[in-house]
Amino acid sequence: MSTTSQTQNLTLVQAVRDGLYTEMSADEDVIVMGEDVGKNGGVFRATEGLWEEFGDDRVIDTPLAESGIVGTAVGMAAYGLKPVPEMQFSGFMYPAFDQIVSHVARLRNRSRGRFTCPMVIRAPYGGGIRAPEHHSESKEAFYAHEAGLKVVIPSTPHDTKGLLISAIRDPDPVIFLEPKLIYRAFRGDVPEAEYTVPIGEAVTRREGSDVSVFTYGAMSRPTMEAAEELAEEGVDCEVIDLRTISPLDRDAIISSFKKTGRAVVVNEAPKTGSIAAEITAIVQEEALLYQEAPVKRVSGFDVPYPLYALEDYYLPNAARIKEGIMETVEF
Amino acid sequence: MSVLERDPGDLVQVLDEDGTVVGDEPDLDDATILDIYRDMVLARHFDQRAVSLQRQGRMGTYPPLSGQEGAQIASAHALDEQDWMFPSYREHGAAVVRGLPLKQTLLYWMGHEEGNAVAEDANIFPVAVPIATQLLHATGAAWGASIKGDTDKAFMCYFGDGATSEGDFHEALNFAGVFDTPNVFFCNNNQWAISVPRERQTASRTLAQKAEAYGFEGVQVDGMDPLAVYAVTRKAIEKAKSEEPPAAGRRPTLIEAVQYRFGAHTTADDPTVYRDDEEVQRWKAKDPIPRLENYCRNHGLLDDESVAAVRSEVETRVADAIDAAESEPRPLPGEMFESVYNELPEHLAAQAAEIESLREIYGDEVFFEH
Ligand SMILES: Cc1ncc(C[n+]2csc(CCOP(=O)(O)OP(=O)(O)O)c2C)c(N)n1
Ligand SMILES: [Mg+2]
Repeated sequence: MSTTSQTQNLTLVQAVRDGLYTEMSADEDVIVMGEDVGKNGGVFRATEGLWEEFGDDRVIDTPLAESGIVGTAVGMAAYGLKPVPEMQFSGFMYPAFDQIVSHVARLRNRSRGRFTCPMVIRAPYGGGIRAPEHHSESKEAFYAHEAGLKVVIPSTPHDTKGLLISAIRDPDPVIFLEPKLIYRAFRGDVPEAEYTVPIGEAVTRREGSDVSVFTYGAMSRPTMEAAEELAEEGVDCEVIDLRTISPLDRDAIISSFKKTGRAVVVNEAPKTGSIAAEITAIVQEEALLYQEAPVKRVSGFDVPYPLYALEDYYLPNAARIKEGIMETVEF
Repeated sequence: MSVLERDPGDLVQVLDEDGTVVGDEPDLDDATILDIYRDMVLARHFDQRAVSLQRQGRMGTYPPLSGQEGAQIASAHALDEQDWMFPSYREHGAAVVRGLPLKQTLLYWMGHEEGNAVAEDANIFPVAVPIATQLLHATGAAWGASIKGDTDKAFMCYFGDGATSEGDFHEALNFAGVFDTPNVFFCNNNQWAISVPRERQTASRTLAQKAEAYGFEGVQVDGMDPLAVYAVTRKAIEKAKSEEPPAAGRRPTLIEAVQYRFGAHTTADDPTVYRDDEEVQRWKAKDPIPRLENYCRNHGLLDDESVAAVRSEVETRVADAIDAAESEPRPLPGEMFESVYNELPEHLAAQAAEIESLREIYGDEVFFEH
């Protein structure tokens, strides 16, 4: 990671914009495309000012068609551009799903390396902002299930810029999911210069010895809150922010688990078939003999994401996370 | 010759901007014209109240319809009782004409699961937020009716100009053309898909002309002229229910209703970023409500007194609906688990119990503290 003395205090969504700006300035093959990304600067302002700066050929308002956006990006990427398509909300990615799983993920493999798809598909995801129906889901597991894709979910402004730059430079396609609940929830120091945060590396947000709590995205905040509250009650949590959910940082997961022997996974996705299940399997496969308690999943429920009046019950909060941790600790 | 048999670029108009008759008036009785007028005023007032509820934090994000009443209300009035309607997310006006209580629309945008419930006797599909997805459902339902030999129903589908860019639009119209389904595809071309102008969606001269490629009629109508909208929609509905066998008479139609969204895309949108006020003002001159009001006054159907009576009637209706929606108790978490499957599976019952036990330990406050 390169360092610089110049930093800015940015929100997470501003860090997205800064990462795009930085890479677009450095590499003219990088282009942004999507619905309302141009003059409007994105419905969350993630591309604000880029159209004015880089023009219509590099910041492209497309017709309203996700399959069209991603499918044409496949051709562009194979032809040598580095497209960064935006899906306006992850809930509206499904028209592009065929392109993503049948082609984006597999072009390298299907052409035996002749063609590749170096693109970053960005999408805001997750709940908690009182949004309308279909705007709040966390379906990252769909993409993690697909070989050939990397799936990144940052939780701080600093990581956002560094991971986004890594993703754009990555020779393989990256699904870059942005936790919109914390788009503007807080600010953090972000270097003005370019720097990278490596894909596939988790980070320890809090060291502890009693229990390992794995999380990512917007759930990092209530998880840290729960850990701090429990510290006062004498429970020492280690909190690991995964940052990339595919490929998972197996070493970080295993070594923390070997230290504590107990694990809780916190995510807002529906419980069944989620990344939490994958983490549970990893500790079973790699560290069974260290295990002192069942792995606990604190997650969303296996229901369609509710309309917003009920979303506070759906999303894990600090109280629910504490309960989960205590169940594991007291086992 | 049917009003549908024309060049898709030849805009159908009955009223000019002042409400003067410039085209063939549809066959409409006075009572229906007044109903259309009242429902447009109702939709406009509802819309203004909804936007202010959102501003006051009493409702979530809301998509306003002002400017689009002419298209919504007149087309919905052209439907017969047994017909079906497949809305997008902006058809609050058409929905109320078709029997969905305003309270339901309010509850939906207030984030209550109950807001999605449709009364048994209302042939309305739930709101479709994912763009263009409802088009296929409308084609499928209409196709189903054909298969079952039900020839007395038309299937109306509403969608925007932006929706015509999605693959689902193509697939829905293509199936409809191939299988002669009794559909009316009603495109609310309000010039904008959030910040993206109509010209960015397609290089076609009109949206209506796309029908030609699917093998059926497409017609462009002044969507801010309620009488023109009624005339065109009614003909398309009659065609969908034609006594003649499918390919000969019973066929789908694409209607492009040219209009304008006066306000923001949703309350989360700031249209000043992407369009000029001068453009907005130009379209406001075509406002469907004063246009029909002038027509009615000129024909002795309305005067100051009856206009005021309509106004106060709709104000009361909207106020009552807001009261009713706001007096609904906060929904309970158990509602999340309802209607997921025919029967509640064991693992869901366990999850529902988990949240209940947390509520018992911590109370509801911990869920709402941030
Ligand atoms: C599949 C899908 N993609 C994106 C969105 C986000 N979105 C909501 S409304 C909208 C614009 C729709 O424009 P149009 O079809 O013209 O309808 P209007 O809103 O103008 O009535 C977009 C892009 C969505 N809801 N669904
Ligand atoms: Mg539109």
